[in-house]
Amino acid sequence: MSVIEFLSYAFVQKALIAGALIAVITAVLGVFLVLKRLSLIGDSLSHVALSGIALGLITNTSPVFMAIPVVMLSSLGIYKISASAKVHSDSALGIIAAGGISFGLIIAALAGGFNVDLLSFLFGSILTVNSAELILAAVLTLTILTLVYLFYNDLIAITFDENFAKTAGVNTERINILLVLISAAAVVIALKVVGIMLVSAMIIIPPTAALQLAKTFKRALVLASLFSITGVITGIYLAFIFNMPSGAMIILTDIFILFITVILRNYAFKKRRTADTD
Amino acid sequence: MDIIEVKNLSFSYNGEETLKDISFTVKSGDFTGVLGPNGGGKTTLIKAILGLLPSEEGRIKLFGRDLKHFKDWQKIGYLEQKATPPKLMPLTAFDVARLGLLSSKKMPRIFNAEDNRRTLAVMETTKCLEYKDKLFNELSGGQQQRVLMARTLVNNPALIILDEPSTALDGSSRDSLFEMISRINKNSNTAVLVITHDIADIGKYVNNFIIVDKKLIFSGDKHNFCRSKKVTDYFGPYTPHLMDHLHSEGCCPFAEEYKYERH
Repeated sequence: MSVIEFLSYAFVQKALIAGALIAVITAVLGVFLVLKRLSLIGDSLSHVALSGIALGLITNTSPVFMAIPVVMLSSLGIYKISASAKVHSDSALGIIAAGGISFGLIIAALAGGFNVDLLSFLFGSILTVNSAELILAAVLTLTILTLVYLFYNDLIAITFDENFAKTAGVNTERINILLVLISAAAVVIALKVVGIMLVSAMIIIPPTAALQLAKTFKRALVLASLFSITGVITGIYLAFIFNMPSGAMIILTDIFILFITVILRNYAFKKRRTADTD
Repeated sequence: MDIIEVKNLSFSYNGEETLKDISFTVKSGDFTGVLGPNGGGKTTLIKAILGLLPSEEGRIKLFGRDLKHFKDWQKIGYLEQKATPPKLMPLTAFDVARLGLLSSKKMPRIFNAEDNRRTLAVMETTKCLEYKDKLFNELSGGQQQRVLMARTLVNNPALIILDEPSTALDGSSRDSLFEMISRINKNSNTAVLVITHDIADIGKYVNNFIIVDKKLIFSGDKHNFCRSKKVTDYFGPYTPHLMDHLHSEGCCPFAEEYKYERH
């Protein structure tokens, strides 16, 4: 099948637009989360999302819309538990993830076991994205990019050094809460693309690839977005051609991009070292 | 004017008392050296003053305002003991130095051309302009320290707080750093609070000393410092050496007298 023919399907166009929007928000937030060593928040929150989705399916409401408040509340739980200083942040992520998935499994059992809809969220189903989800993705993208613009330097300051940020008048608690809340919303909408199993990869891999090459923060955000969009579009195309799961193809493409950037970084490093020696 | 006012400050960490009943003041134009052993609570004291630790017993005022209500962070330049930014942080030396202006910006806190000009000027003063476009993480410890010093000074703060600022610097860089801080202190009446455990670093610049070893051992000007029994008791067998050193730096006019008494 040619690319032109692939692009002519309405559901493919919808999937590509939604996928690209979601790629941008996960990439932009991912840069901050990876640098703050909070990247596994995506993994934890996606497990919690299972509860929200199961709740949505059992109550016959939209699983995505039901999952967003559940996951946002849990993200606040993670923040509060981590900030208490009595529990390490990785332990907090593990606790919330375990609680979320256990709760989700119980709801699924009460509903008579897993059904096709629930499984589609486990592994992603971007090709089935509907108009409401596309609009939600657009609204979330606009909201998240606006917030990142408004708090751009505050976010950089807390990422660089939280103690410094506090003495620079940044309300670090407010900015951290904002970051986990918008990450929660992004995680839920990203489930549609790659599923619960792989959503954290979408937050981690394109930003990590961008950080291999970027010399400025803005460039890191742009590169991460471009890599993420490339991963989504290429992954969806390959999945369509080879009749493979789209989520897996997207993440494998992301890993391939990361591999290339690591090679490029090592090459640049060796070249610079040779120049310094000469 | 009292720039820092600490009254009966106590702080415990994991049940262990790190600071006990500390009281002192720093006035405008003071250059105060904070001395004490490793683990004596010097950094904890500074962090408590800046509100970086959960509040415990006591009262802290900055520029006459209770710490809880203090908002004028652009008046304070703070240099931490060690910068540990994330490994892949894509910020250049210039970006890091400019972050010091964040406290003077209103929402949305976006930097403008004037901010860039001020940053370049202060980077020239702290001698880190030549590597302004290099990634901060790829600089040596000494170079990073100069950039962080630029970040500390870029707002022209009325209070400079430095936590072991000379650790990563060689001898001559150390001297020029303290010369520069001393000039700022004298020219603009800026209050300076410097933590160090090497009195040789700051002896000739300071006019006040604070010694902290979980509790306050001494707080006062350098004349009293040189005569204080608490100081001589604290430094024990090192006292003669210390006083001779301070005298050679021209900062302890009573050292000769002390030397005489000693013999």
